[in-house]
Amino acid sequence: MVALDVDPKAARVWIDQIRPNHPSLIDPAHRADELFGVINVPNGIWIDEDGTIVRPAEQAFPERQTAPDWQKLADSPDIPEQLRETLQLAKHIKIQPKEYTAALRDWVANGSKSKFALSAEEVIRRSGPRGKAEAEAAAQFELGQYLWANNRPDLAPRHWREAHRLQPDNWTYKRQAWSLADPFQGQSDLYDSCWVKDVKKIGAENYYPPLDLTPAHRARPC
Amino acid sequence: MILTSLEVDAKAFEVRTGWALKPEGACKGDTCVPLPQNTAQSGKLDARMISERLGMPLIHDAETNVWCLGPEAMGHALTAAKAAELELPDWHGKPFRLSSLRGQKVLIVTWSSW
Repeated sequence: MVALDVDPKAARVWIDQIRPNHPSLIDPAHRADELFGVINVPNGIWIDEDGTIVRPAEQAFPERQTAPDWQKLADSPDIPEQLRETLQLAKHIKIQPKEYTAALRDWVANGSKSKFALSAEEVIRRSGPRGKAEAEAAAQFELGQYLWANNRPDLAPRHWREAHRLQPDNWTYKRQAWSLADPFQGQSDLYDSCWVKDVKKIGAENYYPPLDLTPAHRARPC
Repeated sequence: MILTSLEVDAKAFEVRTGWALKPEGACKGDTCVPLPQNTAQSGKLDARMISERLGMPLIHDAETNVWCLGPEAMGHALTAAKAAELELPDWHGKPFRLSSLRGQKVLIVTWSSW
């Protein structure tokens, strides 16, 4: 597990309660975005025994016994209006935990023979765009995080605003910055955007790109 | 990659970005980009040169005089399917390398407190 949190203490509050026995890492500079094309949480990446990526970053929800009842939570009395709006949007977000975990189990059982393990070419093709804008967004985010962590938090927002402008579909850059300005990620003086406004803009149903579980065997020699 | 000067240590650059310096240039996976002669031997890189050759944005915070060299802009987030080295602190603060899991299947899942 990799926690994308500029403030390691914020992640440790949760990790301490679970005390996981698997590697549980903290990634303040969101290097997973830069190295693997992560744009949201939870995103999953599969790596085989040789250290080769066989599925790039994509939505990676675990199966749950009971899904949260977002509407019931939104109807709770006395919750802040910003949170109510967030919960009302959350119920429209489309996730695919069953499909994802079934594909994951297939790969664990069948390895490179799994129909969900992709060829190197397909992994690269599906890894998301990285043009000049996305590359500079990564640099702007990292520089902002460095300044935030090194006694100049006042200088971070201008770099994070740039990251948001350059890569608007990267939710880890946006949610990280918004959450430091307002725990509910609502409108603040520091940013032109906020979670509710930006999710409404794209439509909550498009918040996570759908999984592409098209069988795509690795290229085999003829 | 955060820089406080425009001279970059080649080894640190390789560890951070996955681009290895070889006689033929900077290489990652099957991709090699030619660099000026003797770059590999010098052990030092000029950030402006590497930015231009590899398409890595080089940005600057004028108030603190700190630079950041971003990842290569080569069309896709991944330039190669070989997983880049990721070294991060674990929840006890100890450094952990992704490569230490070589020989096992690995599922990386990102999450956050926000």
